[in-house]
Amino acid sequence: MEKDKDNEPEIFRRADEFLGVFHKGIEFTNDLLKENERLRFALAQLTEQAKAAQKAATSSELSKLRQQLAELTAEREAMFNRYKVVEEENKDFASRYVEVEEENNNLANLYVASYQLHSTMDLKEVLRIVSEIILNLIGSDHFAILTRNDEEPVLNVMAAETMDPSIKKIKLGEGMIGRVAQTGEPFIQDNLDQATVSSPDRPIVCIPLKIHDGVIGVIAIFDLFEQKKNRLTRVDHELFSMLAGHAATAIFSAMLYSRSQRSLSTIKGFLGLMTNKAA
Amino acid sequence: MAEYAFLVVEDSPTMRQLVSFGLKRIKGAKIVEATDGVDALKKLSEQPFHLIVADINMPLMDGLKLLSIVRKEPSYSHIPVIIVTTEGADADREKGMQLGANAYIPKPIQTNALLKTVRDLLKIAE
Repeated sequence: MEKDKDNEPEIFRRADEFLGVFHKGIEFTNDLLKENERLRFALAQLTEQAKAAQKAATSSELSKLRQQLAELTAEREAMFNRYKVVEEENKDFASRYVEVEEENNNLANLYVASYQLHSTMDLKEVLRIVSEIILNLIGSDHFAILTRNDEEPVLNVMAAETMDPSIKKIKLGEGMIGRVAQTGEPFIQDNLDQATVSSPDRPIVCIPLKIHDGVIGVIAIFDLFEQKKNRLTRVDHELFSMLAGHAATAIFSAMLYSRSQRSLSTIKGFLGLMTNKAA
Repeated sequence: MAEYAFLVVEDSPTMRQLVSFGLKRIKGAKIVEATDGVDALKKLSEQPFHLIVADINMPLMDGLKLLSIVRKEPSYSHIPVIIVTTEGADADREKGMQLGANAYIPKPIQTNALLKTVRDLLKIAE
């Protein structure tokens, strides 16, 4: 019995100890729950902050991208406009290249014609060259070259292609050819569609051969090759004006040269005669 | 730079000069001129040519006769030949093509057309 009595306080003490530990456990658990609650709150706050930060970052990135896009669009627009300008320039260059090529060809034609016209002093040769120019550069095999007669008011046919051989002379002032020779004004049929071609009285082109203001003859063209029909080009007009001057000079020089050669041989003959008589 | 030897066969000095002038626009072009078919055969025997431009109507030997000789002669038969024809000479043109001409150019000669034909035949870039 005494032993139980001695033991009783030990039990109470241990129970008190246990209770103390239990209460501490409760306190600790409560502290843990509080800490847990605090941490959860902190986590929620951090999550919110992170979300807000992400949102802010996305929005600034977006605005940056938008700005970049605007810049690129403007650049693309500028490049497209530049491309259009360059394309226009290219087209312009291409058309100018064609023009220069054409001009080159025209100049070559004019050079060849002029070079050939002044390559000889022989009248027959000059007339052949003028004929070749009309045939090969202008494109006609129906024409006549006439020169003015010094003694009477007529034009003599010096060379002709596909023309009535009975026509040897044309009176000054008569018909288109005679009028051109009298006035010195060239005649070029504007509308070749309505032109009466192949008529000796009505040439489609009539060019006076002029030296200074004097007309020494006329070139009359009655028809053109099929591929030249309806399109007298700028170079044709230039060839006409070149022929008006250069062919006139070449023909006139050749005529003078031939006359001077004849006079020279007459003088030589006369001198020979005189020398023989004196001897 | 590639060199091209062209033989221009034409009795008219005006046309000869005009064709030569045009062909000189091709880079590396060397032009040899002949006044008729006989002269052309002489020039052909002296050096190789890349192309012949020949008129049809010529004295001594015309362009068609020259063409038939060129096509029969193995050492010349490969050379492209362009014939120059006048309006209304359709029969000559047809005969020329039958004899083996590679192309024809009508008179009056347009330099651009001549150059295009030559460049096409020799595959020369512009």
